[in-house]
Amino acid sequence: MIEVVKVGMADLKGAKAPATVITCGLGSCVGIALYDSVAKVGGIAHIMLPDSNQSRNKENPAKFADTAIPMLIQKLVALGALKRRLVAKIAGGAQMFSIQGASDIMRIGDRNVEATMVALKLEGIPILYQDTGGNYGRTIELDTCDGKMCIKTIDKGQTII
Amino acid sequence: MEGELHNLTNAQKDILKEICNIGAGSSATALAHLLNRKISMNVPSVRILPFQQVPEVVGGAERQLVGVFLHVDGEAPCNILFFLSVTSAKKFVDLVLNRALGTTHELDKLNRSALEEIGNIISGSFLTALSKVTGLNFVPSVPSLSIDMAGALLNIAVLAFGHFGDEALVIDTNFIDHERRLEGYYFLVPEPGSLTKILNSLGVTHDRSS
Repeated sequence: MIEVVKVGMADLKGAKAPATVITCGLGSCVGIALYDSVAKVGGIAHIMLPDSNQSRNKENPAKFADTAIPMLIQKLVALGALKRRLVAKIAGGAQMFSIQGASDIMRIGDRNVEATMVALKLEGIPILYQDTGGNYGRTIELDTCDGKMCIKTIDKGQTII
Repeated sequence: MEGELHNLTNAQKDILKEICNIGAGSSATALAHLLNRKISMNVPSVRILPFQQVPEVVGGAERQLVGVFLHVDGEAPCNILFFLSVTSAKKFVDLVLNRALGTTHELDKLNRSALEEIGNIISGSFLTALSKVTGLNFVPSVPSLSIDMAGALLNIAVLAFGHFGDEALVIDTNFIDHERRLEGYYFLVPEPGSLTKILNSLGVTHDRSS
């Protein structure tokens, strides 16, 4: 039986092959999958906010793009990955509802994606694939055997990248 | 505000439950008028849930649901999400448009706006009742509908709590028309700080500094 590692909202986890790492129901949140193809180690962070500096409570690094990425890297390195071999695939950052006037909180998806890209660039990790924005939810599954990521949606089918 | 949730006593939770029960009763009445049938709404539960557990209330993060979202501004900002299963949503449209059950197959633009309107009416009656009890002013936005995964729909409602911790205060209830198997969930998520304002307006002291 292949182990399935579930990552919740504001959570991150890493695993070794042959495990599958999944996170469900990404709306404005962003799912960040990192993978080392040589060590066959991968993991996902499910972030909900862009920037830990805007929050008073920073106890959970997995919640913010800027702190989740360094923490996920650390976790994968501990499992045997090499930081310079890590590549990223990201998905999510949608705007599920459109409401005029409440633009700041409605735009959180875009801000999460921007912050994710900045944080990955800072770490020097290339983004191999990005499926972000739009107005629909996504579930992602990372196969640690080959680094393929499956993105599932309700109306737009599924993509394996 | 950090301690807002954890300092909540059982007595305060009961008070919240009671005032939300008045709101829910008022929503059920409005819904019954609209649909022209008896609708029962359960006593709301007031819970503090870790983010990850919130979608479990409606059947899991991946369950496809029809969600109507309203952001409420004013003295005590909150977020409202009204959920229906896809089957129930179609029945709702039939009932509101006075058609035989089973007529609606696709939730097209017209049907979607009918559902948004239902969300609007339910929320309006709930907030009016809440406003009468608390004396606070609630200003709801226009409703917005989306049909998608429950987890994705819920993101927006709990976001504001992300700045303070990993849990949200969720007041939820469901309503049931057994005969026609209509099922829906109603979520009220006060933003951080709003809870203290609501409790203070009722003369219940809730220390905001601790």
